[in-house]
Amino acid sequence: MAASPAYGEEKGGSSSLGEPEYGHDPASGGIFSSDYKRHDDLKEMLDSNKDSLKLEAMKRIVAMIARGKNASDLFPAVVKNVACKNIEVKKLVYVYLVRYAEEQQDLALLSISTFQRGLKDPNQLIRASALRVLSSIRVPIIVPIMMLAIKEAASDMSPYVRKTAAHAIPKLYSLDSDQKDQLIEVIEKLLADKTTLVAGSVVMAFEEVCPERIDLIHKNYRKLCNLLIDVEEWGQVVIINMLTRYARTQFLSPNQNESLLEESTEKAFYGSEEEDTKDTKAEAASLAKRKPYVMDPDHRLLLRNTKPLLQSRNAAVVMAVAQLYFHLAPKAEVGVIAKALVRLLRSHSEVQYVVLQNVATMSIKRRGMFEPYLKSFYIRSTDPTQIKILKLEVLTNLANETNISTILREFQTYIRSMDKDFVAATIQAIGRCATNIGKVRDTCLNGLVQLLSNRDELVVAESVVVIKKLLQMQPAQHSEIIKHMAKLTDNIQVPMARASILWLIGEYCEHVPKIAPDVLRKMAKSFTNEEDIVKLQVINLAAKLYLTNSKQSKLLTQYILNLAKYDQNYDIRDRARFIRQLIVPTEKSGALNKYAKKLFLAQKPAPILESSFKDRDHFQLGSLSHLLNAKAVGYQELPDWPDEAPDPSVRNVEVPEWTKCTSREKRKEKVEKPFYSDSEGESGPTESADSEPESVSEESSSSSSSGSSSSGSEEEEEEEEEEGSGEQSEDKEEEQKRSKRKEKEGSRKAGSPSEEEEEEEGAKKEKKAVAPQGRKGHAETSSEEASASESSSSGSDSGSEAEAKRKKAPPSSRAGPKEISLLDLDDFTPPPPQPVPSSSIISSSLVTDLEGLTLTDTSLAPALLSPAFGAVRTYELLHRMAGEGLSVEYCFSRRPFLGDPHMLAIQIQISNNTDAEVKSLRVSEPKLLSGMRIQEFPEIEHLAPGDTASVVMGIDFCDSTQAANFQLCTHTRHFYVSIQPPVGELMAPVFMSENEFKKEQEHLARLGEGKLTGMSEITEKLTLTEKCQSDHAIVQQVTSAANVGRVPCGADNEYRFAAKTVTSGSLVLITLERREGTAAQLTVNSEKMVIGTMLVKDIVQALAQ
Amino acid sequence: MIHSLFLINCSGDIFLEKHWKSVVSQSVCDYFFEAQEKAIDVENVPPVISTPHHYLISIYRDKIFFVSVIQTEVPPLFVIEFLHRVADTFQDYFGECSETAIKDNVVIVYELLEEMLDNGFPLATESNILKELIKPPTILRSVVNSITGSSNVGDTLPTGQLSNIPWRRAGVKYTNNEAYFDVVEEIDAIIDKSGSTVFAEIQGLHVASSNRSDLMRFHLPLCHYLQNPRLLDDVSFHPCIRFKRWESERVLSFIPPDGNFRLISYRVSSQNLVAIPVYVKHMISFKENSSSGRFDVTIGPKQNMGKTVEGVVMTVHMPKAVLNMNLTATQGSYTFDPVTKVLTWDVGKITPQKLPNLKGIVNLQSGAPKPEENPSLNIQFKIQQLAISGLKVNRLDMYGEKYKPFKGVKYITKAGKFQVRT
Repeated sequence: MAASPAYGEEKGGSSSLGEPEYGHDPASGGIFSSDYKRHDDLKEMLDSNKDSLKLEAMKRIVAMIARGKNASDLFPAVVKNVACKNIEVKKLVYVYLVRYAEEQQDLALLSISTFQRGLKDPNQLIRASALRVLSSIRVPIIVPIMMLAIKEAASDMSPYVRKTAAHAIPKLYSLDSDQKDQLIEVIEKLLADKTTLVAGSVVMAFEEVCPERIDLIHKNYRKLCNLLIDVEEWGQVVIINMLTRYARTQFLSPNQNESLLEESTEKAFYGSEEEDTKDTKAEAASLAKRKPYVMDPDHRLLLRNTKPLLQSRNAAVVMAVAQLYFHLAPKAEVGVIAKALVRLLRSHSEVQYVVLQNVATMSIKRRGMFEPYLKSFYIRSTDPTQIKILKLEVLTNLANETNISTILREFQTYIRSMDKDFVAATIQAIGRCATNIGKVRDTCLNGLVQLLSNRDELVVAESVVVIKKLLQMQPAQHSEIIKHMAKLTDNIQVPMARASILWLIGEYCEHVPKIAPDVLRKMAKSFTNEEDIVKLQVINLAAKLYLTNSKQSKLLTQYILNLAKYDQNYDIRDRARFIRQLIVPTEKSGALNKYAKKLFLAQKPAPILESSFKDRDHFQLGSLSHLLNAKAVGYQELPDWPDEAPDPSVRNVEVPEWTKCTSREKRKEKVEKPFYSDSEGESGPTESADSEPESVSEESSSSSSSGSSSSGSEEEEEEEEEEGSGEQSEDKEEEQKRSKRKEKEGSRKAGSPSEEEEEEEGAKKEKKAVAPQGRKGHAETSSEEASASESSSSGSDSGSEAEAKRKKAPPSSRAGPKEISLLDLDDFTPPPPQPVPSSSIISSSLVTDLEGLTLTDTSLAPALLSPAFGAVRTYELLHRMAGEGLSVEYCFSRRPFLGDPHMLAIQIQISNNTDAEVKSLRVSEPKLLSGMRIQEFPEIEHLAPGDTASVVMGIDFCDSTQAANFQLCTHTRHFYVSIQPPVGELMAPVFMSENEFKKEQEHLARLGEGKLTGMSEITEKLTLTEKCQSDHAIVQQVTSAANVGRVPCGADNEYRFAAKTVTSGSLVLITLERREGTAAQLTVNSEKMVIGTMLVKDIVQALAQ
Repeated sequence: MIHSLFLINCSGDIFLEKHWKSVVSQSVCDYFFEAQEKAIDVENVPPVISTPHHYLISIYRDKIFFVSVIQTEVPPLFVIEFLHRVADTFQDYFGECSETAIKDNVVIVYELLEEMLDNGFPLATESNILKELIKPPTILRSVVNSITGSSNVGDTLPTGQLSNIPWRRAGVKYTNNEAYFDVVEEIDAIIDKSGSTVFAEIQGLHVASSNRSDLMRFHLPLCHYLQNPRLLDDVSFHPCIRFKRWESERVLSFIPPDGNFRLISYRVSSQNLVAIPVYVKHMISFKENSSSGRFDVTIGPKQNMGKTVEGVVMTVHMPKAVLNMNLTATQGSYTFDPVTKVLTWDVGKITPQKLPNLKGIVNLQSGAPKPEENPSLNIQFKIQQLAISGLKVNRLDMYGEKYKPFKGVKYITKAGKFQVRT
């Protein structure tokens, strides 16, 4: 009841003002903070049933908040209304809540349930706003709730909700930075989002939470580039800035060998004429070193897609693109940004200020860019001083021999300005022009000398300072000016100017021998009234005169030094004492005395007048740090260009996109195939394992098909890179030309073994011998290929594939299925018609390879390949003796069993050593533990004496090492046999990136915490034997002991492997860390403790052998 | 990104504060006041100020300082552009962006700011979306609201945010469909003492205003007298324009936003093509050792293509030493503010038969040295029905429409930053 009169009163008050204008009410704020009765009113209004009353109250409260008045004591009353039906009341309550929740954490918790309900609302906008408010409440207790809500929202159907989730990420991060890892997961997920709505916000979150995790961008790079134009403007700014940094780490500098490029083409030209001379060999070598730069197509994509944004109406976007071009574009292309930046000069003065700062920095590096727009930087008398000074800076930077006269004429107008700070800056600018452009030095000097008679003292003073600097460059010719300036000491009062004049006279006292002592006399008279800076110069002048003209100035100097001795400033007292010791010879004075003249009158280097914007470009342009010329909090350094381009394949996107891989990749693959097939033909029977060359070729084809470059050896790596850069160009003609040149290059290389020294040391010798020939062969074929493929339609991936196949020396039996595999990963296990161990190895290495696309560290590639060799161990199933002449061996072929992914494929080799034919060989009566299953091999009807048959059977061991018992029957006999799998065979490799690995490992570790530590992690120390010192050996040992896949790892001394058990698919993670010497530590993470323990044992054994 | 925002009036009162993250104390503004004091002039307050714990980025609009508090690295233009967008929004909502307007509508302002930024990152800055979220106050509505107790907050949830053309509201209906296009060209120029042009360029702007109930694609082929497509130097577009069509056919193809919007802006910078429509004869001198000077300015039309020059206003910032001016104008009226030393002469229309002239005596402070520089004259004018660059809108095609809506194109040429040095 009490509410209604109060309400009426309020109502009356407000209606008299027309609208509810409480903030306007001058009394309201003051009264609220002091008068508790009024607050009670508000509380009552909030408690009432009427929405209109609540609204009134909330409006007044918000008005209080807006004015910065404290309204926190109303918290309980307000929070009660969080579930209010009226939407405006609700909104205002949210405003209040977000403002005060931090201060009243306990009470704020009351509101949480409302938002949690809102998160489940069918309306996407309500879900979003609930998440928005929930995440804005800075109460640490609700961090888990927020985390959960964000995770859920990140996979919401509605892109708007996902966007809100992205916004919530930095909020949560600032509240609790321990959540970083989980948040990164969410970011990773959202980065993969394909809608424009989310892109900007998630990149923002990325920048705030984990800007260092550049690896998250790889896969999304192209998508971001393509979406960019449709993202909202604020998101564009953030994305462009981030991509600038990204591009700096991933691409090569487009300007690095601009000059070299011309040079090298020239050399190639000469090289073709005089092929045989030693000279050319050397040249060819140097040519190879500086291979011509060809821009990565992704780099080009970025530049192309950002360019239209220069037309954006948003100044921040234009600036972002401008800085991107400045930092990333080839010199020739940077020019386009000038126009857009000049356009921004029409905008608000704050925008001008920032843009001019950046233009000033750019104009030092790329003067030519802004020269056509010189006049746009002309200064208007109405410009604010800070803008004027910046424009002046730009004009000065742009000055060169051709335009200096125009600029100086313009400067003349400026000197007469009323704005004295600006005039002073103009004088400085003239000084800079004079030092930079020798031609106009005298003109400038004369002009400045004229200014010495200016009525304004500031102008004169500034001129003196600048003239002093200019004179220092060529003092001899200007004794007249020095004399003129000496006269000025009578009038000019500005300390800096007086000091400058005195210094000048002292320095060149030999040019003005008559005047100098007189000036000193005058100064001695006024010494006590001078400023400190002038006093110091008086002492200097005295000292110099004493040394050159002691006759006239001895007494004066003594006098001045005495005055200085009792000066109030200790600097001056110090200086006087020091100088007296130095110049006045006494018995005590040391050896320095002799050199006093040399010390004082040494030739001093002329000061360099340079822009304060010089070298500012090490900050990312357009950034706050650049503007302040100091590193701001949270500034991400702009990295330098890498020397070697990182693997470009990391940006390739997963399986479904393969079919439309870029033309460049296709070409690459076409080119590569023949090379390896050739080399295979020649190097087939070499000392190393027979399967190697083949597997290499296989590998390369698979890797190239996916555009990856994780190939078998360093050498290939290099070759491929060269190819990559060579074939990238989209211009057909150019490409052909290039491939021709490469042909030449190749042949030259073949002729010069010294060439090979460039190659990595790690490459194997026999390969080295092969490579040149291979290259030659490849080059020849590549030119053919290129022309051939040019004619065929670019989309015919498989066509060129087949073509490449045909060229392979022995058309392998796997060619057929392989073609499919290139297009579809799922189909990629070929049906095993006659599986030979080597083939299975290859297919696993193929998997390795395809998965290896994500690798950044290409040097890991050999290790990925090597586990295949010798990894297959055969076990005896039935000895010849026991089997009465029938011997059976088996091995784990380590490939998925066809038809059932849970079964291990076991390859059985049966030899008939008897004299008689063995008939109907089959498996029967398997005795298995529960859950285990067996898939028999098809019955072998005949096995002739001396013959060997090879069959495959599948057994599902249920992830246990229990033996599978069964009978092997012939037409006459039954043999009881059993197959017991080593634990290492119970798994299949999985391939993950380093990050995934870490994540999984943590996940497993956390699982363990729940139960008992050590449940999911087994650690064992071990000593590596002599044999197992090299990376290669270790990897081989581990992979032979267990069927695991290597995971790339940043650290040198760590090896990581991952696998999944075949039946249950639970993860097994292996980490081997090398310590000093031969010590090492092995860690196995697995949900299955038994498997983990056994695996540790096995691996330790393998490594200790 | 943007942590907090303070609105400060010219006398240094913080009359509004809004925080998007934790609360930052008002005392942070002391650094700003310090800088303001140092700068003497409001225009010279540096837009970016570094303080020990924060960075302050500010803009000055309509006698209000918008001071934002930043804690970490952020592109300064990002913030500046956003603050201007805030000011534009206020302008849009309240008709003016003044201290009183903001104070009168403090709740709406607060709601707007809440929607525009989320955790310091811009969320909804498009005016159409905002208007759907929060209805702008009108007199009618405020009367209705006070009676019914309903509110300014839209009860419908905004869907514009979800649309892929965020500059258009969904489901708007108008009784009459119409579209107007204003071609506005501004001449920026610096004229030398001797009357020669130091620098001149045209800034063109197409402001479109459309009230359309339906999504309809417009085609606007631009044609030029001079048939020189390179003339349009540097074009910037509203995001609604399909850039590809412009590149290939020089046609502006777009679905217009609702209400007023800036369609394109461009620049014509080749100086020879810029016709200067007025000339100024001036004689300003200050006598040595006497406390007076002469002032004589005549403005005349030049190359105006048969159109009259109207709305001519001349403003001059006189030197500090000037005490007063005693002038007679043959046309229009003049005022001199002795405090700011600004002379304003409102001329009006120029008739070539009788050129307007302003002549008289300048009184200087006695004893003060003679001002060295003559003040420069800033001139404003406009010419109706003329695009000085010669640009024409050829025709306006509308697609996806059966009936003929009303459409019109208007041309106007104005002086931009037009300055005559004397």
